[in-house]
Amino acid sequence: MGKFWLAAVIGFSLAFPGLAAAEDTITIGMTVSQTGPLNVDSVAQLHGSEFWRDEVNAAGGIKAGNKRYKVRFVTYDDQSVGGRVQQLYTRLIVQDKANFLFGPYSSGLTATAAVISEQYGKIMLVGGGAEPKTYQLGNQYLFQCITQADYYLAGAVQALKEKNPHARVAFVYSDDPFSKAVVASAHKLAEQAGFTIALQESYAPSTTDFSPIINKVISSGADAFLGGGHYPDGATLARQLHEQKAGLKYIAILVAPDSPKFASLGDAALGVMVPSQWEPQVKYKPDFGPTPEQFAKAAYAKTKVEADYHTASGYITGLLLQHAIEQAGSIDPAKVKAALDKIDVTTFFGKDKFANGPKDHGLQVGHEMVLAQWQMKGGKLEKEIVWPEAARTAQMLYPLPEAH
Amino acid sequence: MLGILASLLDGLLVGAVYGLAAMGITFIWGVMDVVNLTHGAMIVAGMFGVYLLVSAMGIPAYAALLPVLLAGFFAGVALYWIAIHRMIGRPPLMSLLATFAVNLVLIGLGTATWGTVLFNVSVSLPGFSLGRYTFPGTHIMAAVLTAVIAGVLYLFLYRTRAGKAVRAVAANREAAELVGIPTTRILALSCGLGVALAGVSGALISTLFPFTVLSGDAYQLKSFVVTVLGGMGNPTGALVAGIALGLFEGLATPFMPVSWTLVIEFVLFVLVLIAFPGGLISIGRRRPAVR
Repeated sequence: MGKFWLAAVIGFSLAFPGLAAAEDTITIGMTVSQTGPLNVDSVAQLHGSEFWRDEVNAAGGIKAGNKRYKVRFVTYDDQSVGGRVQQLYTRLIVQDKANFLFGPYSSGLTATAAVISEQYGKIMLVGGGAEPKTYQLGNQYLFQCITQADYYLAGAVQALKEKNPHARVAFVYSDDPFSKAVVASAHKLAEQAGFTIALQESYAPSTTDFSPIINKVISSGADAFLGGGHYPDGATLARQLHEQKAGLKYIAILVAPDSPKFASLGDAALGVMVPSQWEPQVKYKPDFGPTPEQFAKAAYAKTKVEADYHTASGYITGLLLQHAIEQAGSIDPAKVKAALDKIDVTTFFGKDKFANGPKDHGLQVGHEMVLAQWQMKGGKLEKEIVWPEAARTAQMLYPLPEAH
Repeated sequence: MLGILASLLDGLLVGAVYGLAAMGITFIWGVMDVVNLTHGAMIVAGMFGVYLLVSAMGIPAYAALLPVLLAGFFAGVALYWIAIHRMIGRPPLMSLLATFAVNLVLIGLGTATWGTVLFNVSVSLPGFSLGRYTFPGTHIMAAVLTAVIAGVLYLFLYRTRAGKAVRAVAANREAAELVGIPTTRILALSCGLGVALAGVSGALISTLFPFTVLSGDAYQLKSFVVTVLGGMGNPTGALVAGIALGLFEGLATPFMPVSWTLVIEFVLFVLVLIAFPGGLISIGRRRPAVR
């Protein structure tokens, strides 16, 4: 008789593996831009999330009350296209039964995905959607884990003021929601700082030749350049600014220079700055989780690529969800949401805290950014933190070499 | 004033490369009445050809142009036999869909192999300066090589037996066959030449700007505008129209936001299609130049 029941249990488990595993597994769904123009940053973010998942599972899973839950990811390629995102997030919720969601990469795709996550009442943690507008629409289940776009270039403006209070600034930026939000805010800050706005020009995200814009930058007499968008345009801009010897003393470009691949531009990368959500050299003392140094070393050991802020933001989305589940002692969405609402923590990534007001729920209000610059160290290009002073690992290269 | 002059010169240099890119698509249309939608993918193939030859074999970027040109020719001949041959003489939509399908396969293979990461071919050539404005040596070299390639194409079409056969097939395929020209082979040769032009233009563009597997779309779109302006099936018109488009961009950008130039270009595209379906450059000509 005993053999019969044993065989029945094994047979049932084999026939319905999903049911057998469902009790101790959390499914997290997300789309990743495996292809398309957002590919570089989105895949780096996925690597960070996968790194977190593997560490959690290796440690036995997330502890919630008396249970431990292993983490399972379901991911789809959104091709960097907004239309795909809505379709795929609906699928993640309805067909794949995701318990929680991680956001796609970029503000545009996050805004699109948020419509679906709110519609189905699914918690979505976002590591790559900085534009604040999406979080100011009364959404209840959306949590922004990174600094909002309004503050992206704030450090670059402040650092520039210390070097040249009378700077002539050219804002050249991609015509996408994230870059527009960043520059709108930076423009105000630059005016408050007393700078002259020599040029403000947007370009289509698909732009491949920046020569006409760079000629306008030169004609404007600007000595500082702030702008960019995402990886392809930002890297092309840096290369052409160098080739056309635009005569700039200060260049801060969004997103692209944060990627280790940026060093492949050689001399064109030297001196270019990037507002960064995280750098391996930061010295935060975490309340839980790895230290910045431990994270950087472990991430490098796993991926063989130096972790950038997208990798770190992918990891932090997982770490904050894990913390909330552990605090809630349950994977019940209402309890986890309440725990996320209360989060006010410091991790390897820095401080994280979400706004709780009815009109800005989920907006990030705790995290701060640093300003990193590509500098030559022992004949090799490396990123150093040059602002703020408390986090500084090297003096800022200012003015830039004449080649720029 | 110097700024406008610099912008115009820059437009001239880049416009020449637009023209070369468009010559491939217009050549195939002129001879075969086929809209080749693999054009963008072939431009990208040319870019990656240079990248691979430079990074794997360490040869200078400009030395990679000839192998890319030859590889493009053979790829074009293969494209003809795989996707176009059976569509010749059938409604244009069929060849359009066939080449679109091949384009999707090529882009899919490229994406699976390289992802959509940005690639960069570093070329260092001294440029020249005009006041505060610098013109990179790579832009000047690309324009010069475009002129050379266009000249060689002209000599081929007007001074060689094979070139004359290409023009005869373009003018009247049935008559060409009646006088003993092997039209199928000439069509395959023409497809090879058109794709070789796309590949070599991609190779030149790779020396100017970083690129991804998806970069071909932008140049294909630009090639359509240039082709319509220059006259469908008219390679010389394409080169002239490419330069004209570059000059227009150069002239317009100092006076308006750069994002508006694309809008104006497409307005021009529609207007020319309506008012001068044979293209601006072909006004007053009875047939396009390749015919």
